[in-house]
Amino acid sequence: MRYLPLTDTDRSEMLAKVGASSIDDLFVDVPEEARLSGPIHGLPLHASEMAVEKHMRRLSKKNLAAADAPFFLGAGAYRHHVPASVDHIIQRGEFLTAYTPYQPEIAQGTLQMLFEFQTQVARLYGCAVANASMYDGSTACWEAVAMASRIARGKRSKVVLSGALHPHYAEVVKTMAKFTKDEIADAKPVMQGSPDNEGLIARIDDNTSCVVVQYPDILGRIPDLAEIAEAAHDKGALLIAVNTEPVALGAIKSPGELGADIVVGEGQSIGVGLQFGGPYLGLFAVRDPKHVRQMPGRLCGETVDAEGKRGFVLTLSTREQHIRREKATSNICTNSGLCALAFSVHMTLLGEKGLRQLAAENHRLACLAADRLASVPGVSVLNDGFFNEFTVMLDRNAREVVRELADRRVLAGVSLGRLYPQADDLAGGLLVAVTETTTEEDIETLGTMLREVLS
Amino acid sequence: MNTPNKSGWKPEVNAPEDGMHAGPETVTGNRALMLDEPLIFELADNMATGVDLPEPASNAPSRLGGMERADAFGLPGLSEPEAVRHYTRLSRQNYAIDLGLFPLGSCTMKHNPRLNEKVARMPGFADCHPLAPVHTVQGALGVIHELGEWLCKLTGMPAVAMSPKAGAHGELCGILAIRAALEARGDARKVVLCPESAHGTNPATAAFAGYEVEDIPATGEGRVDFDALKARLGPDVAAVMITNPNTCGLFERDFRKIADAVHEAGGFVYCDGANFNAIVGRVRPGDLGVDAMHINLHKTFSTPHGGGGPGSGPVVFSEALAPFAPLPFVEQRGDSFHLVEEETAKADHEQSFGRMTAFHGQMGMFTRALAYMLSHGADGLKQVADDAVLNANYVLRGLDDLLHAPYASSGPCMHEALFGDDGFEGGLSTLDLAKSLIDEGYHPMTMYFPLVVHGAMLVEPTETESKASLDQFVAAFRNAAERAKAGDESMMQSPYYAPRRRLDETQAARKPVLAWQEPDET
Repeated sequence: MRYLPLTDTDRSEMLAKVGASSIDDLFVDVPEEARLSGPIHGLPLHASEMAVEKHMRRLSKKNLAAADAPFFLGAGAYRHHVPASVDHIIQRGEFLTAYTPYQPEIAQGTLQMLFEFQTQVARLYGCAVANASMYDGSTACWEAVAMASRIARGKRSKVVLSGALHPHYAEVVKTMAKFTKDEIADAKPVMQGSPDNEGLIARIDDNTSCVVVQYPDILGRIPDLAEIAEAAHDKGALLIAVNTEPVALGAIKSPGELGADIVVGEGQSIGVGLQFGGPYLGLFAVRDPKHVRQMPGRLCGETVDAEGKRGFVLTLSTREQHIRREKATSNICTNSGLCALAFSVHMTLLGEKGLRQLAAENHRLACLAADRLASVPGVSVLNDGFFNEFTVMLDRNAREVVRELADRRVLAGVSLGRLYPQADDLAGGLLVAVTETTTEEDIETLGTMLREVLS
Repeated sequence: MNTPNKSGWKPEVNAPEDGMHAGPETVTGNRALMLDEPLIFELADNMATGVDLPEPASNAPSRLGGMERADAFGLPGLSEPEAVRHYTRLSRQNYAIDLGLFPLGSCTMKHNPRLNEKVARMPGFADCHPLAPVHTVQGALGVIHELGEWLCKLTGMPAVAMSPKAGAHGELCGILAIRAALEARGDARKVVLCPESAHGTNPATAAFAGYEVEDIPATGEGRVDFDALKARLGPDVAAVMITNPNTCGLFERDFRKIADAVHEAGGFVYCDGANFNAIVGRVRPGDLGVDAMHINLHKTFSTPHGGGGPGSGPVVFSEALAPFAPLPFVEQRGDSFHLVEEETAKADHEQSFGRMTAFHGQMGMFTRALAYMLSHGADGLKQVADDAVLNANYVLRGLDDLLHAPYASSGPCMHEALFGDDGFEGGLSTLDLAKSLIDEGYHPMTMYFPLVVHGAMLVEPTETESKASLDQFVAAFRNAAERAKAGDESMMQSPYYAPRRRLDETQAARKPVLAWQEPDET
């Protein structure tokens, strides 16, 4: 077995040293009836590297990769170009095969990277402090709700979810709330060109601990968070802003500068890749440093060593499970460290200049696509405003259209029917995402194909 | 670097003549390959970039609804050569499995095969969207299904939830299923029992799911006290959470008896599977009466820890809990795979407790773990457990004459060996010993965990260490232990040879600096 260095001679010598006559002697504490006599039945035996690669390649080929078709899917996962150097850096063994930096003297690489990452995220979000990552955007969203409840100290129990929050994020919050005292007020998206801020604000009351708003929202619209922040703060509630497309923040104002108190989101767009949904990168930040001690997850901070040299450590760990156990702010332990590295390297390659250019290119192509699709009979664009994703209404069931176009090797977008299967009134909706990886030819192909299947 | 070798070769160090030792100060502050590196914010400027993107046209359309971000926000950029150099320099300040033995107990830092990295990057896996039409991603769904089958067979459990993102998320998945099952029968139990030796995530998870947490007492030999546990069981106990093998490195002999007693009292048995590496392919938790158990793919199945994640924590379930498993999941029907989500769940999985994450789990970890399992096969996985346990016992017996090993007489250890700091002199502590191991070229063992042993040192060598590597490690560890017992004060200043000396954690917590600021802003 190529991954096991012990030879049979080693094993015999070692067994003698530990005073066992056979390996079975070391398993004497396992009750006899639970010991297996040989390899588990129904599973194959060991295989060569070549054989395993072949098996996996065969499975891989059964998928239509995004690069092999005009591709317009988004809804919380976006296809962006990731520079080759990002993948090179994250495969360096010193990063890839390290553990959580519990011994800071020999983990300064990871720790300095996390400090840089936290600063990048804080600046992107317009916040004071970001943590060292969560699992993904949806769990970061839940953790933000839990944090708002802690800040309200059980005196407020209502969580108001915007109707235009990603329905999977809303589901995650609802799943978790079944087991807490939070009452979740959610709604379906109101299908109009601009977000329904008025309707949302009307649902905030004196019992509300937080309001959760996606920015840009699930339909691609860009809500004015300042108005919602003011209304939430008037009632003593916190505003949680959720961003699923960080590239957008190279073009639109940050949630922090608009008054959001906790800003969370999905970082996958920068550096991480689609990967069929995971691993992704949960981002978590607070605007006001006074909330830091209520944050979940790991935080990296600056300090000095015994010789006075600058260094970094994990800090404020009295919030965390390994110290506080049942009183911790979260049960999270392992987070998304390597994805945070990928994000940070990609963001360093972009810089503010590159991020703004990237955002502009996304928006330019999305505007082109919206205009092209609007010219197709049976298609209307819903959005007044958008960044790189918008909603079109088809005069047919969009889910069926997506399937038919996939058969013609066009990945047309995410139908609202997939996201809201019970809502017949949304069945004509199609989310179309456009990034710098989309070509003008792809847009033309989508327009032509849509015309064919709709007529 | 720690190069274990049979010949006993090691670098010769001749005593330098007076004055030779320190060497001259350098202008840069660097010392040859010891290269310090500024922060990107100190290196770079906000107008530089390492990507080639078009400059936006001045007359480009804008439909951002008046929300344009006008002000600069200060993200520095670096050209590709500068960026590669920055991160490469940082990487060299990290210890890693690729550099040497990484014996963190309960973390299972084994070799990460590179085939798995190659496989995860195949375009059919890496470049697929989670919401792509299911008939275009049959191979990806096939991987999830195939890995799930392996996990069910290896654990002897009938069902598996693949979406949990890491171990703690898996624990939450298991406890939520238990809660849903209890609520479905109108049973509002309030208490979850955890041993004091449990990982911190266990009580944190139970509390997060709305339970009160109580300790399970342990016996003097480091196992659950069955009689005390049995006496505590009753109509208010929802579940017990037990790690097996436990964090003292011992197999819980009474696990089956415990499970039967818990079931008889109407509760459920959660097994923390963090230590599955000791028994994989040898013992099936399903045969021990487990109702739910998470499996850390980033431990037992070798997916890289990446400096703190990502992990992956699938949860296997008993028949009793299977109907409550979270959405979404993959089902095979005939030749094709289906994704069961909220919509389809209404009909045939209405008892599911719901969704835990936006998409389907850690696909990038699934492909790696499956490649690992296929490489080992059922025979190789059994050998993994055998060698992991043999290596740990070899370390235990290599040190227990010198170091206090509280449970050394409780039977063989499983995959990890536990020691305490009894007999250290001169105020020296486990921390000092750990930092001395750093100077020897090792990552220290887990310190001060489990809480039940004073100054605990938990050593998990894993099966991917050779005998020569263990011999060298034991020699270094013995030397450190002898120094600690002799009260060698010089250990208090260790490490001497790491990129940093001891870091001031008190200052970091007292006045937290959690983001970089321009010097004139502070």
